[in-house]
Amino acid sequence: MLIRKYPSVLIFLGILAAFTIAVTLMSQAYGTGAIPTSMVKTLGKTLCLALAALAMDLVWGYAGILSLGHMAFFALGGYMIGMWLMYARTGEIVAATLANAPIPPTPMELQQGITSQIFGVVGSSDLPLTWAFAGSLPMQLLLVLAVPGLFALVFGWLAFRSRVNGVYLSILTQAMTLALALWLFQNDSGFRGNNGLSGLQNIPGLGHVPQATLSVWFLWASALALGLAYLLASWLVAGKFGSVIRAIRDDEARVRFLGYSVEGYKLVIFTLTAMICAIAGALYYPQAGIINPAELAPIASIYLAVWVAIGGRGRLYGAVIGAVFVSLLSSWFTGGRAPDLNLGPFSVQWVNWWQVLLGLAFVCVTLFAPRGLSSVIDAITGLRHPNRRGQDLGPDLGALREQEAEA
Amino acid sequence: MRRIVFCLLLLIAGPASAQDLGAVLEVSRDQIAKPSRQTIGPVIDEIAASGAGAVTFLEAWGDRRLGLTAEGRFAIVDGEATIDAVTGARITEEVDLLRPNSGVRGLIAAALVPAQLADPDPVRRQAALDALGRDATPGHLPALRQALQDPDPGLAARKARLERLLTIRFDPDPAARVTAIDSFDGDDGTDVQAALSPLLATSRVAAASLPETANIAARLSPGSDDLSPDAAYRLLVDAGLARARLTEADQKSALAAHIEGDQVAGVPVADLADPAARDRAYAALAQAGTLAPAATAEEVEAALKAHVFADIYAEASPEVTDAARAALNDMAFRKRVQQGADLTLDALSLASIYFLAAIGLAITFGVMGVINMAHGEFIMMGAYTGYVVQTLVPGKTVSLIVALPAAFAVTFLAGVVLYLLVIRHLAKRPLETLLATFGVSIALQQMAKNIFGTQARPLTAPDWLGGAISWGEVVSISTIRVAILVLALLFLGLFLFITRRTRLGLNMRAVTQNPGMAASMGINPDRVAMMTFGLGSGIAGIAGVAIGLFAKVTSELGSDYIVQSFMTVVVGGVGNIWGTLAGAALIGGLQKGIEVLNPANTLAAQTWMILFIIVFIQFRPRGIFPTRGRFVEG
Amino acid sequence: MQAFGPILFGGMLGLSVAGSAAAQDGDTIKIGVLHSLSGTMAISETTLKDTVLMMVDQQNAKGGLLGKQIEAVVVDPASDWPLFAEKARELISVQGVDAIFGCWTSVSRKSVLPVIEELNGLLFYPVQYEGEESSKNVIYTGAAPNQQAIPAVDYMRDELGVEKWALLGTDYVYPRTTNTILDAYLKDNGVAAGDIFVNYTPFGHSDWSKIVADVVALGNDGKKVGVVSTINGDANVGFYKELAAAGVSADDIPVMAFSVGEEELSGLDTANLVGHLAAWNYFQTAESDENTAFVEAWQAFTGNEARVSNDPMEATMIGFNAWVQAVEKAGSTETDAVLEAIVGVEVPNLTGSTATVLPNHHLTKPVLIGEIREDGQFDIVSETEPVPGDAWTDFLPESAVLDADWPGKQCGMFNTQTNSCVQVQSNY
Repeated sequence: MLIRKYPSVLIFLGILAAFTIAVTLMSQAYGTGAIPTSMVKTLGKTLCLALAALAMDLVWGYAGILSLGHMAFFALGGYMIGMWLMYARTGEIVAATLANAPIPPTPMELQQGITSQIFGVVGSSDLPLTWAFAGSLPMQLLLVLAVPGLFALVFGWLAFRSRVNGVYLSILTQAMTLALALWLFQNDSGFRGNNGLSGLQNIPGLGHVPQATLSVWFLWASALALGLAYLLASWLVAGKFGSVIRAIRDDEARVRFLGYSVEGYKLVIFTLTAMICAIAGALYYPQAGIINPAELAPIASIYLAVWVAIGGRGRLYGAVIGAVFVSLLSSWFTGGRAPDLNLGPFSVQWVNWWQVLLGLAFVCVTLFAPRGLSSVIDAITGLRHPNRRGQDLGPDLGALREQEAEA
Repeated sequence: MRRIVFCLLLLIAGPASAQDLGAVLEVSRDQIAKPSRQTIGPVIDEIAASGAGAVTFLEAWGDRRLGLTAEGRFAIVDGEATIDAVTGARITEEVDLLRPNSGVRGLIAAALVPAQLADPDPVRRQAALDALGRDATPGHLPALRQALQDPDPGLAARKARLERLLTIRFDPDPAARVTAIDSFDGDDGTDVQAALSPLLATSRVAAASLPETANIAARLSPGSDDLSPDAAYRLLVDAGLARARLTEADQKSALAAHIEGDQVAGVPVADLADPAARDRAYAALAQAGTLAPAATAEEVEAALKAHVFADIYAEASPEVTDAARAALNDMAFRKRVQQGADLTLDALSLASIYFLAAIGLAITFGVMGVINMAHGEFIMMGAYTGYVVQTLVPGKTVSLIVALPAAFAVTFLAGVVLYLLVIRHLAKRPLETLLATFGVSIALQQMAKNIFGTQARPLTAPDWLGGAISWGEVVSISTIRVAILVLALLFLGLFLFITRRTRLGLNMRAVTQNPGMAASMGINPDRVAMMTFGLGSGIAGIAGVAIGLFAKVTSELGSDYIVQSFMTVVVGGVGNIWGTLAGAALIGGLQKGIEVLNPANTLAAQTWMILFIIVFIQFRPRGIFPTRGRFVEG
Repeated sequence: MQAFGPILFGGMLGLSVAGSAAAQDGDTIKIGVLHSLSGTMAISETTLKDTVLMMVDQQNAKGGLLGKQIEAVVVDPASDWPLFAEKARELISVQGVDAIFGCWTSVSRKSVLPVIEELNGLLFYPVQYEGEESSKNVIYTGAAPNQQAIPAVDYMRDELGVEKWALLGTDYVYPRTTNTILDAYLKDNGVAAGDIFVNYTPFGHSDWSKIVADVVALGNDGKKVGVVSTINGDANVGFYKELAAAGVSADDIPVMAFSVGEEELSGLDTANLVGHLAAWNYFQTAESDENTAFVEAWQAFTGNEARVSNDPMEATMIGFNAWVQAVEKAGSTETDAVLEAIVGVEVPNLTGSTATVLPNHHLTKPVLIGEIREDGQFDIVSETEPVPGDAWTDFLPESAVLDADWPGKQCGMFNTQTNSCVQVQSNY
C-alpha cells in the first residue's frame, strides 16, 4: 500500500543500498581501496546529515513548523553518546594502569582516575552529576533518545500550548539553541566547555579494529538508519497522520475546528523529529571524532533549513538530495579542492567566496525555484504543480506555495 | 620652559656635588642599567641622598630619558640636547635609552617626593602627591608635614588630606591615628578605605593559649561557620601541635609497602579494592606495631578542645583597630548604595545599546511584520562605514559627524535594495522572508570578511567622548555610553515624531493597519513599505557606528546582536516602540542583575537571561505591551 | 534522485581517485600544513602557513633535505574542529606527508591528536598552550605554562608589586587551565583566596563596564591590583577601551596579556594600550642577527614592508628547523626515526639563545616580558635564560607527580610516585 502510493520509496532504498555496497567495495577495509578512509567517513557523515534533513522536512515541510533548533537535538544526541565513548575509553585506560599497581583500586579510585583524566584538562576534578550514567552504554543509548525527546516535549508543550507559532516560534527555537550552546560553552556545566568531547572515533572495546573498518561499519549503520527513517517517514506521511499534519501546515484553524488536537499532533511530530535528529547525531559524532558547543550554534540549524529548502521541501527525497548535495559541495569548495576562478585582475578563491555563493544561491532558490532541486526530478517524472491561480495551499504562514505543491 | 630651568639648575648646582653622584653611579652602574624593583631601592636612596644633581638624574630616569653611552657614561636626553648626567657636558655620541619598568619608576617617584613637595612648579608638586598616593613610605610623613603650606589652595587641601591619611598609616602615636581616623567620618573616599583596610588585616592562629598583648579580632571555635573542624585541625598540624590524619593515598602506599605474598596483614590483596578491607588491614598493621597508628577521631577532638583559635590583628593597638572598623562599617553601607547606582547605570547603558540595535528591527519587524535576519549585517555595515570614513577623513570629530549620516545612507540604500529585490516578492510569506534574508546575511558577512579581513578594525571615539562621567569614586559611566544613551533617546523621539507627525508616518500606519484600504485612498503601499524598510535599516547603520565606537568592528558584530535584538522586540511586544524600550530595559537590567549574582562567569548571565526570556514568552506570547485590535494575527 | 544519484556518485569517485593518485610521488619529501585559511582563525593561522612556506623555500634553496626537495601540501580545515581531524587523516594516509605543521587552538589539537597517534604521524604545534599533555607524536614548540604564565606572574609580583590579582579570561580551556594553575601557584605563594578575582567571558565579549568596575574596586583596600589577561582576540578591543575610559592607566593597574601579540596589535588603536604588558618567548623587537635576518626575509617573502612577526611564527620556525636537523641526523623521514633523533636537537632561536628539544617533546625557551609601545611593538623589559618546558605543571597536586619522557620511559604520562606509566596514548 505504501509502495503503491509512493513508488519513490523503493527507488530511494535501492539507490541507498547500491551506494552503500559500492562504497564498501571501494573502501580500504573491504575492497579495492579506491575510496580513502577519510572519504568514507565524509560519506557516512553526509548520510547522517541527510537523516537530520529528513527530520527537518517532516517538521517544516509537512507540519509547517520552521524550527531553527533541530541541530541542537542533533548535537545533544552526539553529546549523549560522546559521554559514554569518552568515559568508557578512559575507563579502559585507567583500569589498565591501576591494574599494574600493587593494590587493586577501589571503585571510587577508578572513578576518580577517570574523572581526572576527562576533566583534568579543563581544571576540574569532580564528576558532574550529568555524567552519572556515563559508564553504562544502554543507559546512554536510552538518553540519546530520552534527553532530546524530553527536551523537545517540554519546549514544544510550552510553546504550542501558548499558541506560539510562525516566526515567533522560529525565533524562540533559535533562542533555545543559543541558550543551550552558551550553557554548554561554560566549563562549569560539566561538558568540558569549548573543548567539548573528543577522541570519539576510538570505540571502547574495539581498539583492535582499524579505523578503515570502523568507518565502513558506521557507514552501514548510517545507511541503515537513513533507510529505516525514510520508511518510517513515508509511512507516517502516507497515512491519516500525514494528512492531518499537512492540513495543520496549510490551515491550522480549520483543523482545530474540525476537532483535531492540533497541539497534540504538533507535539508528536516535533518530538519525533527531535529524536530522529538525535539518532543522526549519535551516529555522526563518532565519525567526526569531536563534538563541541560550536556544533549547535544557531547557524547550524539554519543550514539545516537551507538544505531542505534547496532540496525542495514537502517531499522526503528532496530533503535528502538537498543535504547530500549542499554538504558535499560545501566540503568540496571549502576543502580548497575547487580551482580558483580567474576574472582578470580579480581571482575568486572559492574558500572565501563559497559562502557568498551559497547565500545568494539560497535567496535565488527561495525566490525563483521554490521546489529547489526536486524540480529537476519533477521535470523528469512529469510532475506539475496544481493551478491555484497563485494562491498558497492555505492561509497559514507555513503553507506550501502553489509552485511547491504536487498536483 | 621647565626643562630649561632644570638645565640651569643643573649647571649651577651640578659641579658642587657631582663628585658624589658620579661615585654612586660608578659603583652601581649595572644595577641602574638593568634595575629590579626588588634590589634597586638602596641604590635609589643613595642617589637621592647624593645632592642636587640627583633630582634631575632621577627625574630623567623615571621619565625614560636617561641613557648609557657606549663607554658607560650616563646621559640625560632632553629634547634635542643630550648632556652628561654627572658633568652636564654635551654629548654627541649615540645613547642607549634605559627602560626602567613601572615598578622601578614607582620607587623613583617615591624617592623624588621629598624634593618635589616644595618645588616651585605646581605640576611637580602634583606629581609628588600622585606618587604619595601610590607608594608612600613612613619616611614621607615628616617630609609632607614640613611642606604642608602651599600657595595653590587645591594642592594645599590635597596635602592636608594626604597628611591625615599618612598619619593613619604611619604615625607611631595611636591617639593621633585615632584622631585622624575620626576626622574622616562620613568620607567615602577610596583612599580612606585604602588607608583603613590594611589596619584590619588579620592572621589566623592556633595555640594552647593566646598571649596577653595580642590584639584579638575574633576568637573562633572549631565547628562554627568561620572555622570547620577540618580546617582547625589543619591549623594545628601546620603549627606542629598535632599529628596529621591519615589520607587515603597515604593509607594505600603504606599498605603497598607491607605486601607479604598475596596478602597484607592477613587480608588478601585482591580484597583491597574495598575501602573497609583497607581499614582492617591498616588497623591490623598498626596493632602489630609495624605502622604508626594514625590520629584517631578521639585524638582529633581532644586536640581541638585543648587549643584556642583566633584571628589576630597585625596592628597592635586595639583603639586604632576599633576606630578603623567602625569607620569602615559606616562606609560599607554607603558604598553598597553607590555600587547599586553604578550597576543601574551599567544596566541602563546596556539597555540603551540593545534598544539602539533593536529600534530598526522594531520598525521593520514590528510595524511591517517583515523578518529581516540581515538586520545584524546592516548594523555591521554601519560600523564598517564608520571605519572607512575614519580612515578617509582626518580628525576624529569631523569623521564621526560624517560617519553617522554616511552610515545611515549606506544602510538605507542597502535596505531599499534588499526590499526591492527580495522582500517585496515574498510579501505575506514571513517564513520564506526569514530564510531568504538569512541567505543575504550569510553572503554579506562573508563579503565583509573577504573585504576587511577577519580581524577587528579600530573605530576610535574622539577625545571628548573618551573618559568617563563620575559621581564620587564608585559611580561612573564612560562618556561614550552616555552618548549612546542620548542617541537612543534621540531615535526614540525621531521615531515617535515620524510616525505621529509626518505624512510618511501617517501612510505607514495606514498601510500597516489595512493595506487594501490605504491603497484605495491613493497611498502606494509598496513605496511606503520601501521607505519604512529603508528607515529601519538606516537606523541600524547608525547603531552600528555607535556599537563600533564602544566595542569593536568585526564581521561578526551583527550576529552578536541579532538574537538579542529580536528578543527585545518580541519581549516588548511587536508593533509598539514603548514595548521595545521596555524589552530593552528588561533584558539589560536582567543581564546585569544576574551578573552580580555570579560575577565570575559572564557567560552564565547571558544563558540565564535567554532562558528567562524563553519562559517569559511562553506566558506572555505577545510581549509586555501586546498589540490589541482586530488586525492582530497570530 | 534517479537523476542525481549517478552524478553525485561519479563526482565522489573522481575526487577520491584524484586524491590517491597524488600519493605516488617519490622525488620529494612531503610535509603537510594544517592551518585554517578561512573562518575565524584564518587571520592568525594564515601567517603560520606562510611561515612554513617561507621555511620550505629557504630549505629548498639550500639544496633541500636528504638530496630531495621539500613539498608543502596545504589544506584548509576552515576553523572547523572536526575538519581538522579529517584533513589530518587525509594528509597522512592519502597525501603521505612525513610531518604536519599545524593547529592553533587547543580544540583543534585535541581533534587531531587521536588521528596522529593512530596513524603514527608527526605534528609540530607552534602555539603557547595550557600544558597537561605530552604525546609521542607531537612536538610542542610553543610555551607551556611554566614558560609564560608563571614567570609573568613572578614579574608582576616582584617588579610591579602586585598584591591583588584579577585573572580575566575568555571561557575556554587555555584560560581555564592557566588560571587554575596560577590560582594554585599564587596561593602557594601566600596570596589569600580573597585577593584573587577570576572572571570568564564569552568569545568576542563587548560589554566590559561592570568587569572593569569590579577590577578597579579590588584596589579599594589599598593593595596594588594587577590583571592577568587570557582574553582572546577581538574581546580585547572593548576591554582596553573600557579600561582607558575608566581612566585606569598601566601605572595604576597593569594588564599582563598572554594572547596579545604584534599581529593582534596591528589591527588596533594602540593609544589606549601603551605601558600594558605581554609575556611571550619572542618579540619582533628582540635584538639579534638571526631576528633581523628573519624579519627581513619574512617581509620580502610577503612583499609587505610593514608586516610584523610574532611568537607563534618563531615557534614554527624553530619547529621546522628542528625537524630538518632531526631528519638529517636520522637519515630518514620515518616518524619513529625522526622522533628518536629529535630529542636533544639544538636550534638557534631568534632572541639570541638556543632551543633544545626535551625528552617530554617540549622546548627550552626564554621568557620575555614586553611593554606595549605606541607603534604596536613591544619594549622588552625582562628576559630570562631559556626555561625548560614542563608538560605537567608542578603547581597542581594531581599533575605535580607526573612526568613525560619519550626516549627514556616511552611514556607521556609517567607517575613518578608509583613509578608507572599512566597511559601511553594521550587523553584527548
